[in-house]
Amino acid sequence: MSILLDRHGQRLEDHYPELAADQSVPANQAVLVPWARFGEIPENSKAGLLLPNTTDVLALPEAALRLPLLVLEFPSFADGRAYSQASFLLQRRHYPGQLRARGQAVVHDQLNMLRSCGFTQFQLRGDQDIDLCARLLSNQPSASTLRRFPSLP
Amino acid sequence: MYRYDQHDQQLVDARVAEFRDQTRRYLDGSLSADEFRHLRLRNGLYIQRFAPMLRISIPYGLLSSAQMRMLAHIARKYDKGYGHFTTRQNIQFNWPKLEEVPDILADLATVQMHAIQTSGNCIRNITSDPFAGAAADELVDPRPYCELTRQWATFHPEFNWLPRKFKIAFSSSTKDRAATRVHDIGIHIVRNAAGELGYEVYVGGGLGRTPIIGVKIRDFLPEADLLSYCEAILRIYNLLGRRDNMYKARIKILVKEMGLAAFAEKVEAEWTTIKDGPLKLKDGDLERMKAQFSQFELDPTAAEDGSYAQKLSEDPAFAAWTRRNLKDHRVPGYKLVFLSLKARGVAPGDVSAEQMDAIADLADRFAYGELRATHDQNLVFTDVRQQDLYPLWQELGRLGLATPNIGLLTDVICCPGLDFCSLSNASSIAVAEEIFDRFEDLDYQHDIGSIKLNMSGCMNGCGHHSVGHIGILGVDKKGEEWYQITLGGSSGNDASLGDRTGPSVERAHIADAIQTIVETYLKERLNEEEGFLACYRRVGMPPFKAKLYAESQA
Repeated sequence: MSILLDRHGQRLEDHYPELAADQSVPANQAVLVPWARFGEIPENSKAGLLLPNTTDVLALPEAALRLPLLVLEFPSFADGRAYSQASFLLQRRHYPGQLRARGQAVVHDQLNMLRSCGFTQFQLRGDQDIDLCARLLSNQPSASTLRRFPSLP
Repeated sequence: MYRYDQHDQQLVDARVAEFRDQTRRYLDGSLSADEFRHLRLRNGLYIQRFAPMLRISIPYGLLSSAQMRMLAHIARKYDKGYGHFTTRQNIQFNWPKLEEVPDILADLATVQMHAIQTSGNCIRNITSDPFAGAAADELVDPRPYCELTRQWATFHPEFNWLPRKFKIAFSSSTKDRAATRVHDIGIHIVRNAAGELGYEVYVGGGLGRTPIIGVKIRDFLPEADLLSYCEAILRIYNLLGRRDNMYKARIKILVKEMGLAAFAEKVEAEWTTIKDGPLKLKDGDLERMKAQFSQFELDPTAAEDGSYAQKLSEDPAFAAWTRRNLKDHRVPGYKLVFLSLKARGVAPGDVSAEQMDAIADLADRFAYGELRATHDQNLVFTDVRQQDLYPLWQELGRLGLATPNIGLLTDVICCPGLDFCSLSNASSIAVAEEIFDRFEDLDYQHDIGSIKLNMSGCMNGCGHHSVGHIGILGVDKKGEEWYQITLGGSSGNDASLGDRTGPSVERAHIADAIQTIVETYLKERLNEEEGFLACYRRVGMPPFKAKLYAESQA
């Protein structure tokens, strides 16, 4: 069971089950589709899209930006590429949907940085203390939220 | 001195609390050793050969006397009574206890200091000219620009998990004293033909295993665009820098592999879209930053003093010191004073707690309570009246800080080496000492003239060996210490990388080898005016090589 939090530390339900390898992309149903099968997503789909951190999001087709959810992947604790993918998606592609972080870096010690970069949902790594993480997002000011240049969302 | 406002203080205090919590979670087992390693590195804490090492940030090398006293306190209370100034203008303590580091950080926070981002794959301490604000050849004081950049880089949420460390340096003077061309980003503050201030930007320089001189990515960047341009560079690097091999992960490799034009194109495309956003400096931003620095009135009558000239004629030892350890100040009657941390029997860059306290007192008495750490591991008082030079020299002499060797052969840049560092192949400090003994005779050193001897214990190059006029690199050969020598490096405006002389030299012969090189130079130079670097560039490697290897075979 993966735990999903929003920007304020509130629990969210995950409406996007991962698409199984043998399953076809449903027409009108929330499901998480891997980037390799992006082409199978129909127009006006409710699907979410899972992007590896090596995807060039500046070249992402417009159709992907119309999806309600993009999930960015952190394959290891210290690999920060998806932070900059998030900046590109928000600042250059003006992606209006939900941006979810998942993977090895979605931990207590990086939540504030993830939030500052514009992620709206956090799929906590399995070993995380849920209450501690929720508390961090809900109130505690931390060093990384006190930056001055620039003032981020 | 940059004075913290409430916001700055809150940030540093919050980081102390955060790090205390991270340390606690590591000690109680709820944070893994590997993840704690990443987190503690971002707070300057290494686990070294014998003990942890804590690197404390000294932004652009600027320290107040109160901060220096706090460093003395930390050396005494938590360490073995000394600290080590580094080539990033920071200070390191080599013996703190891991459990006590949060307390050290809390002590530091009381004097507006911290260890944030002094290590780890993030944006490191911003460095600059140690003469900033006082140099005779300065366009503007670079420190407000450095501070602005420091504030932007501190806890930048997007750039805390870069492929590799990232170093930025500023220079604002004719002579580059900040080694900007060997930084990931090197920024020269310049004025364009229209009289506007802005920046010449270099990218992709760096030392380490693959030393590369940075290349110019922009001739002129408008003053207001400093942070957006840095942001664009960092964003492209964060996404495209290599992560498969840590030795190829610095931006220098990315720029080299992509080619400057292709890299610049991506940076410009990104910068164009963000330059008018929240990172654009607004009217007054820099002015506010300047106002946060303490100002002091210089004495307008300083040049009228006659005692300095008199002491110069009376005391040859004092006169000798003034020739090497003073530099010109922008205001007549004032001098910049070097405190040499390269004395006999002392590891380069090391300062004892007693010396720190005494230096703080001298700074209060003679130098408006401020001092600087330099990237070549000395200290500087930037604003000393000429009438105070003689008493200051006497005091420095008593403290062992008046060796008149600034810029000479024994003013060696050197990493801590085998004595402390787990990466090192070389007992750099012992070799530096041997070289010191060999060349201690000052007349001989003066005859050799200005020369930079840099030594690193391993390929990571903390001692900047590749940009030394003479570079020495410790290499391991079947468990034995050997030394590879390079000639002709420079980190100044004419930055270049040294050329290898040939096969490495064994430990027992390294001092002889340096002497052979120096003697060859003295024989080959056109006249006393031709310095080592100029001579080497003229005659090239052959005469040095011939002498060096002829003798080692004899």
